[in-house]
Amino acid sequence: MKIAITSTGNSLESNIDQRFGRCAYFVIYNTENKAIEFIPNPNKDKEAGAGPAAVQFIASYNVDKVISGEIGAKVKSILDSLKIQMIIIKEPERKIKEIIDMLENN
Amino acid sequence: MKLAIASGKGGTGKTLVATNLFYALQQLNYQVVLVDCDAEAPNDMVFFKGEKIKYFYVHQEIPVINEKKCKFCSKCHEYCNYNAIFILPDLKVIKVIEDLCHGCGACDVACDFNAISTKPVPIGSITKYAIENNTFIIEASMNTGVFSPVPIINAAIKEAKNEKIVILDSPPGTSCPFINTVAEADFVVLVTEPTPFGLSDLKQSIDTLKIIDKPYGVVINRSGIGDTEIYNYLKQENIKLLLEIPFDKMIAFYYSNGELISQLEYQWADKFVSMFNFIIDQYGNSNN
Repeated sequence: MKIAITSTGNSLESNIDQRFGRCAYFVIYNTENKAIEFIPNPNKDKEAGAGPAAVQFIASYNVDKVISGEIGAKVKSILDSLKIQMIIIKEPERKIKEIIDMLENN
Repeated sequence: MKLAIASGKGGTGKTLVATNLFYALQQLNYQVVLVDCDAEAPNDMVFFKGEKIKYFYVHQEIPVINEKKCKFCSKCHEYCNYNAIFILPDLKVIKVIEDLCHGCGACDVACDFNAISTKPVPIGSITKYAIENNTFIIEASMNTGVFSPVPIINAAIKEAKNEKIVILDSPPGTSCPFINTVAEADFVVLVTEPTPFGLSDLKQSIDTLKIIDKPYGVVINRSGIGDTEIYNYLKQENIKLLLEIPFDKMIAFYYSNGELISQLEYQWADKFVSMFNFIIDQYGNSNN
């Protein structure tokens, strides 16, 4: 299973990005082979529609879940229809490393 | 003559100037129409009583995608400047995000498979009110959550196209709603205040007006506050100062009660009329 996590930077020490569509990086974590990939968000500075563009971007990685601080209404309905599960973590200080540990221990 | 009352900064007094100028001209039996182009928050009617004589919706065409005809080529998505078409070709998923659509029609042009048609969606309304002395107010009003008021503003201005004297109360800022309003005007009255914020936004408005080549002049509202930088700027750039409105508690008091200073203190009606006559003398042409 693949999980996308929004991140403020490109290391495991970075914090979760509270914004979904305008996050700095997406972390794609593969629970099977434990691969972790940091990908810069190409739509971060889009004038409009950064959220739907971000869904399109992460959906192309075939993720099953997405973890972020906040997800807007436009994006929610698209994620629902794609059957991608949303997990909200409203803790701006939470590190990517800790989130991956939590996923591992579940 | 179409006169736009505009400002970069919000809350400088566009509506104060627009409503008082309208009132002052109306009292002289001028055939004048005030168009409230601030579709996101129209409030000119707060200052007038009138009878609603016309009302209609403004629609925008939103694309509808026929998924049976769609080949998931992504061309419509690439044409869309606003990310309003969501597509995952591998999963054969395509969706229109209606809230992001500007109704430009580019997707329809892009589609080679005739898979896109459109449906009208209401985005706002126009109301025309008859006020005293055979004058009118046309109000543009946008529905909550709509992306851009531009089509509604254009419809309101169009409604006044045959009128001789039109005052356009512009939306604040210097983006599309402002540009669409001032583009229709023969002259732009920029209302500002003598503060660093007022000056900064005034410069932005003037830069925009220079690009679209519109004549303009400046009204300084709340004079007496802030600093003198704005006066230095006007002098240096040789920009006409049309009128100064002092920072006065009574003016604020009348305004916040929905009253017009031109009605309560006749000298103010005179000042607005003088400003209008100056603009007509300098910039009016015989065709209008």
